[in-house]
Amino acid sequence: MLARLASKRLLEIRQAFRQLPQSSRSLSTALNYHIDTPDNNPKVPWEFSEANKPKVNEILSHYPSNYKQSAVIPLLDLAQQQHGGWLPVSAMDAVAKVIEVAPIRVYEVATFYSMFNRAKVGKYHLLVCGTTPCMIRGSREIEDALLKHLGVKRNEVTKDGLFSVGEMECMGCCVNAPMITVADYSNGSEGYTYNYYEDVTPKRVVEIVEALKRGEKPPCGTQNPERVNCGPAGGNTTLLGEPTPPPCRDLDAC
Amino acid sequence: MASKKGILSLNRSVFSWHHSRLFATMSSPRPPPEKSHYGGLKDEDRIFTNLYGVHDPYLKGARRRGDWHRTKDLVIKGTDWIVEEIKKSGLRGRGGAGFPSGLKWSFMPKVSDGRPSYLVVNADESEPGTCKDREIMRHDPHKLLEGCLIAGVGMRAIAAYIYIRGEYVNERISLEKARKEAYAVGLLGKNACGSGYDFDVHIHYGAGAYICGEETALLESLEGKQGKPRLKPPFPANSGLYGCPTTVTNVETVAVAPTILRRGADWFAGFGRKNNSGTKLFCISGHVNKPCTVEEEMSMPLKELIERHCGGVRGGWDNLLAVIPGGSSVPLIPKSVCDNVLMDFDALKDVETGLGTAGVIVMDKSTDVVDAIARLAYFYKHESCGQCTPCREGTTWLWMIMERLKTGNAKLEEVDMLQELTKQIEGHTICALGDAAAWPVQGLIRHFRPELESRIKAHADKELRQGLK
Repeated sequence: MLARLASKRLLEIRQAFRQLPQSSRSLSTALNYHIDTPDNNPKVPWEFSEANKPKVNEILSHYPSNYKQSAVIPLLDLAQQQHGGWLPVSAMDAVAKVIEVAPIRVYEVATFYSMFNRAKVGKYHLLVCGTTPCMIRGSREIEDALLKHLGVKRNEVTKDGLFSVGEMECMGCCVNAPMITVADYSNGSEGYTYNYYEDVTPKRVVEIVEALKRGEKPPCGTQNPERVNCGPAGGNTTLLGEPTPPPCRDLDAC
Repeated sequence: MASKKGILSLNRSVFSWHHSRLFATMSSPRPPPEKSHYGGLKDEDRIFTNLYGVHDPYLKGARRRGDWHRTKDLVIKGTDWIVEEIKKSGLRGRGGAGFPSGLKWSFMPKVSDGRPSYLVVNADESEPGTCKDREIMRHDPHKLLEGCLIAGVGMRAIAAYIYIRGEYVNERISLEKARKEAYAVGLLGKNACGSGYDFDVHIHYGAGAYICGEETALLESLEGKQGKPRLKPPFPANSGLYGCPTTVTNVETVAVAPTILRRGADWFAGFGRKNNSGTKLFCISGHVNKPCTVEEEMSMPLKELIERHCGGVRGGWDNLLAVIPGGSSVPLIPKSVCDNVLMDFDALKDVETGLGTAGVIVMDKSTDVVDAIARLAYFYKHESCGQCTPCREGTTWLWMIMERLKTGNAKLEEVDMLQELTKQIEGHTICALGDAAAWPVQGLIRHFRPELESRIKAHADKELRQGLK
């Protein structure tokens, strides 16, 4: 009864003071279409580098020869590393040629998976995990600190081309929340790293950015000096001694 | 007489089932007579002895910790013995669904029709709150590789594909290094461990899609397509990877298998309550003083787990608001339930949630619980593959309604509408992502309805006051 009254009243108010809808569908994280630009069109030549060709063969060796398509994700990943962190359409075409499928099969994959960037990113692509376990431990403050420090919006590259900030869904490092990832595309596929920086604070991420700017490689993993990897802060409480092999029963008897 | 006795015992079991369901929130379910308390695992009973990575993760260190010890003999014992032992140990799949592993492995064809069989290890760990497989891959990779061989023999597979999520680049590098070591000394490959069994392990990786943790989506992705789940049947055991018989199992399930076989099924079955046996990696994140991953006995009380290993809830146990006990896909439980609940499949099912992957997300009273669930709704919206309409459209609606409920900008009926919407998604999709998106919201409505309604009323009052001005 009360509920009905309240909602009726609410409806009247709503009609009198109509607000703009809060959410819209424009918040999607990536474009799903391609527009030709001078540096991203099918006519730009693209090939795997000489150094990467053995890697291509190594990747293909893991799959049956009649199922080369299986290699599409590892190959796109390699192409992305070689191309400085993003995939132009001609790189996708090159991958399609290697695995002998129609280019559309590669485009489908490249648009489906969130780690493939189809627009330019910074040399250091910073990814903030924003899903609930990180969110309740302050990932929004982490992202705000990064965006404010770099003076960019989400998915925008800084003027010097060094940094960009994006959001990822759960990165699987929840006991070390909040965390950011630094995808380092500054040295091609040879120097490519994808490091997790865990247990960060708004202050610490700014320090990490500054260190990267100076060309340093700040140590990855947990940034809390009291922790060992995923162990509890203040030192481990289990698995303290030297590990011994577990007893093995008499296998011949059973 | 026998049938009468049967009916009597049936009656009793039905009664006790009701009993435990009705009073599950107040008293813990009946413990078996011999053991009444679980938890407090000793270090020597832990399987993952390098969980924190303080020791050498590679072959030399792994051998010191007992990996690859008499693997040849285990392989020679053969498929039936392995499956029987795993069945006896009561191991249930560690990837979320909790299906008995021995039974699952036994579904693979006994006689090949010419097609090879494959083992696919699901290392696409993306469930929010879960980060256990990562520790296995980077700190105990040989446990996983040895497990692949054992499970592979148990399924008569010729090869294993380990599908790692794309973000785990460093974990993949350590696993690849361990794989190279194992090949170099003949533990894998042709005549693995000198047993006469040929077995290959390949490492494949994804590129950031939660849905690829679903077994058939994972197979699609492994075949180089978009990760969109397949309709079942045919089940992967009949037609999976490349159209061949395949079994997809979680990393932890595979990695514990060799230790179970070496120490004996009875040892493993001795932990935890009946049908929930074994040890388990728990990842406790969120508002605890010391979040960590820890291996503990199944059926350990949630409160003890948090207080013993994580230094308690931030601000004390009374500051607890709610816990998501098994990764984001299961409904949350409020503090009143957390007080006594045991961490195992059946006890959590009795309180209308689930153990899932045992990723425990703790929220204290400072949490905006509506915001937390709204963020999960966004996660599912983002990760829906878009194949089934109820999920593709429904997850977006869920998120949009949740965003408005955050500020109370909604009508009171919309809470029921939201509940109805979750019911329209649940069970109407090819895979379980639809269900997983619906359950957290259902849990919120079940336990925090007054909170939602008070926000709506407060917002309406505010609008009214502004309207009168």
